[in-house]
Amino acid sequence: MKIKTSQLPLIIVSGLILIWMMIPIVYTIIFSFNESAKTNISWRGFTLDNWLKVCDNAEVCGAFINSITVAVVSTIIATALGTMIAVALVRYRFKFRSAVSLLLFMPMATPEVVLGAGLASQFFAAGVEKGLVTIIIAHTMFCISYVVVAVKARVASLDPALEEAGRDLYGSPQAVFWRITFPLLLPGIVAAALLSFALSFDDFIITNFNSGQVSTFPKFVYVAAARGVPAEANVIASGVFFVALILVLSVQIFGYFRRKKLAKVSA
Amino acid sequence: MIGNFAEAGADLELVGISKRFPGFTAIQELDLLIPAGSFFALLGPSGCGKTTTLRLVAGLEEPTTGKILIGGKDITNIKSYRRPVNTVFQSYALFPHMTILENVAFGLRRRKIPNAIELATEVLKLVELEHAANRKPSQLSGGQQQRVALARAVVNRPALLLLDEPLGALDLKLRRQMQLELKSIQSEVGLTFVHVTHDQEEAMTMADTIAVMNKGRIEQMGSPSELYDLPQTVFVANFLGQSNLFSGKVIENNANSFTVDVSGKAVKVPTKRAQRHSGSVTVGVRPEKLDMHLNKPKDAANLNILGPGVISDVSYTGVSSTYFVDVPGIGNMTVFAQNLEESENFGAGQQVWLSWVVDHTFGLADMPEDEGKFVRDDDTTSLAALELADLIEEIEEEM
Amino acid sequence: MAFAAFSTNAAPVEAAPKKRSWIAPFLLLPGLAYLSLFFLVPLIALLLTSFQATEFGPLGKEFVYAFQWENYVQAINEYMPHIGRSFFYSITATIFALLIGYPLAYLMGVTLRDFPMWKSLVLMLVIAPFFFSFLLRALAWKQLFADSGPVVGVLNMLGLFGPGDYLNGTDFSVIFGLTYTFIPFMTLPIYTSLDRLDIRYLEAAGDLYGKPATNFWKVTIPLSMPGIVSGTLLTFIPASGDYINASNMFLGSPSTAMIGNVIESNYLITQNFPIAAALSIALMAVILVAVSIYIRRSGTEDLL
Repeated sequence: MKIKTSQLPLIIVSGLILIWMMIPIVYTIIFSFNESAKTNISWRGFTLDNWLKVCDNAEVCGAFINSITVAVVSTIIATALGTMIAVALVRYRFKFRSAVSLLLFMPMATPEVVLGAGLASQFFAAGVEKGLVTIIIAHTMFCISYVVVAVKARVASLDPALEEAGRDLYGSPQAVFWRITFPLLLPGIVAAALLSFALSFDDFIITNFNSGQVSTFPKFVYVAAARGVPAEANVIASGVFFVALILVLSVQIFGYFRRKKLAKVSA
Repeated sequence: MIGNFAEAGADLELVGISKRFPGFTAIQELDLLIPAGSFFALLGPSGCGKTTTLRLVAGLEEPTTGKILIGGKDITNIKSYRRPVNTVFQSYALFPHMTILENVAFGLRRRKIPNAIELATEVLKLVELEHAANRKPSQLSGGQQQRVALARAVVNRPALLLLDEPLGALDLKLRRQMQLELKSIQSEVGLTFVHVTHDQEEAMTMADTIAVMNKGRIEQMGSPSELYDLPQTVFVANFLGQSNLFSGKVIENNANSFTVDVSGKAVKVPTKRAQRHSGSVTVGVRPEKLDMHLNKPKDAANLNILGPGVISDVSYTGVSSTYFVDVPGIGNMTVFAQNLEESENFGAGQQVWLSWVVDHTFGLADMPEDEGKFVRDDDTTSLAALELADLIEEIEEEM
Repeated sequence: MAFAAFSTNAAPVEAAPKKRSWIAPFLLLPGLAYLSLFFLVPLIALLLTSFQATEFGPLGKEFVYAFQWENYVQAINEYMPHIGRSFFYSITATIFALLIGYPLAYLMGVTLRDFPMWKSLVLMLVIAPFFFSFLLRALAWKQLFADSGPVVGVLNMLGLFGPGDYLNGTDFSVIFGLTYTFIPFMTLPIYTSLDRLDIRYLEAAGDLYGKPATNFWKVTIPLSMPGIVSGTLLTFIPASGDYINASNMFLGSPSTAMIGNVIESNYLITQNFPIAAALSIALMAVILVAVSIYIRRSGTEDLL
């Protein structure tokens, strides 16, 4: 198979779009190595200091740790709750099905400002002090729907005959779940968790309404934007990016070699 | 050997089994006894309830009414994973995330059988797949997957092995080969096999006993030759092979036979080969039992003669030819004839007489339905009716 | 991968499940209770807030529950330009994102089908922005668009820009920022649709005398419609409520403020809760109406 010349324009256009998409990422990464002064706007020379002493800036590091905490906790809760809903939606028949679907669709169809303002009004009315817990509550809420969508696809593609075969082969309900259902759903669950994590980690708007005095990484950047974002913020964003990149790449490469190995065995 | 931990095959008995799904009834009042060690086939068109019957036995569905007994023990309320029954699924349902060996050992491990791997390896040898033990199901061909599915079930030495159209996904040649293999495995391990299929040829080749199912009921049960030679209902006569059927009133009763008036022509039927002996009856004869003649044959006591008719179409199938003969007042008759020298005389448009030996005639218990040979219940109208019933139920639920 | 979440036509839908079980409510209840408590109840709280009246008590400004629907009149009168601007920006950005995202999705889903390595590379690049702080990316554009920055410099050099011309804080920069932000959200659902597109449909169309352009409009586009609908929704809805790109600390200026900026400032800065709530409810109502008409007209109700 070769690329045809008629496809060249599409390839060139797409290439340009991809380069355009990468510009701000590359820019931010480059400026994480800038020997910055008070602001990090103009290039003053290369240094590794920002990377080596990132936590000297306690404010950035604290916000980053808060973000990680929030993302981990809300991902775990949202993935658990969302997976359960997804299984029920595909597998069982129950009343008010369309109402349930609507309730799941609505958070995705509601702009973040509205979600944020609504929760803030509720916390205000209930007299709840805003902080890490309210951020986690908010993030879990908007992640659930995305988890349901991601896992539902996986559940729907799972052949019910496999679980029946498990029962037929003397598997108790627990054995069938842990040895057949769960391993087969795992890729979907992992994808949903990754998505939740990314959404939560990068969320600013909802967080801004419900965080009180607590800072998260996006909130730190937003506040700092007024007076100049320090290079340490670039370091953290770039670091997170590289970790994610390595994770995704290793999964891809692992998969590639596995496929190759399998192809060899079956040949 | 693999037989060291389970009793041999056991009887399966269904007593008054019914199964209703929302909107339709899959099985009505079914009684069935399958003796231990037999190779039993449930044959019928899709939607006749045969797969549901199998799933009830496996414990994957619960009957609405009735009892299921295996080896005389009532297992109706026993969960599927505690039943001494294993299934070879239509789609094989091999666990995609496990190796072949893990798949085969799955049931043994759940039952905490100590030498599970050893036994699984042994049964893989039986299906000649020990070299594939460490592969994943997706790396095997359809026929190999089918053998793994069979091994995975057989290794547990169930009292009863259920096969749900396991050969449906294979091409013709492979299917023939697998049929023989299945048969030899059955005689080797001596289990009771219950095989569900819509392929009459498959059922005839493999099973000792066939039950023909239609619309949730068993129409007729017997050995393949009994069913073919002496069908008892219109459905069986048409589903198992082809038949020429005639309906008419009984006009004369003798000691050993009676005569039916079919549009003014007399057709004789042996009394012991008929289900009904008076009033309106349907009788029939298999197409290969018919002889064609250019001239009217001489009347004889043991011969039924129809004609003259005109050959409307001939199709050549190699070993034989199929002739369609239009007999005025009776309609189209099908004749299978070997391709001998005289066949040249029988071209389309040729006038012919048909005859057959009276002893080949059979008399049925019911009458054909108006709209044709048999009503399939998986056509669009029936499916739409099911959908509608489903929808109504769902709407009621929402209220 | 993560993009699975955006697919609307993911798996072949089987017959409706027949089984009823006590397990279903057990599985549904925790999640639905959570969403009710932290999504539905807040919406009601917001609705109630939007009708609140302001009173000046001994502790200063106080809000009491009332049915002051005039809040809506006041909010809409005062912020009509922002509302109009929000929808103008978000619709324009959605159209641009579609024009940019579709070719990318087509490249991945159709052109590179037989080149898995290239396909995964492009896919990774499209997903990459998900893993990079959205605020810092917007900030990067601000700095690139700065008056002394490279983009303005080049435009000056080309004579397209004179002294006094600027990029940041204009309609252009805000729409640019919105488009950029939501490209992956547009591209991924279209990609999942196109990836599942059976090439034989196109071959059949070609066999039936369709020219490539005709086939594209008559076959490819309709078959990728679920992806287009879900992509445009995933772009339009958040874009219409966004207030980062339009904020004057990022790519906007006071003259580009969108409804999100107004809600934010009324809520978090001036603490004028009833007006902020009325604006939120109005925004949500408009979006719900627009989305349901859109879904119905494009024939993809099963998106729900």
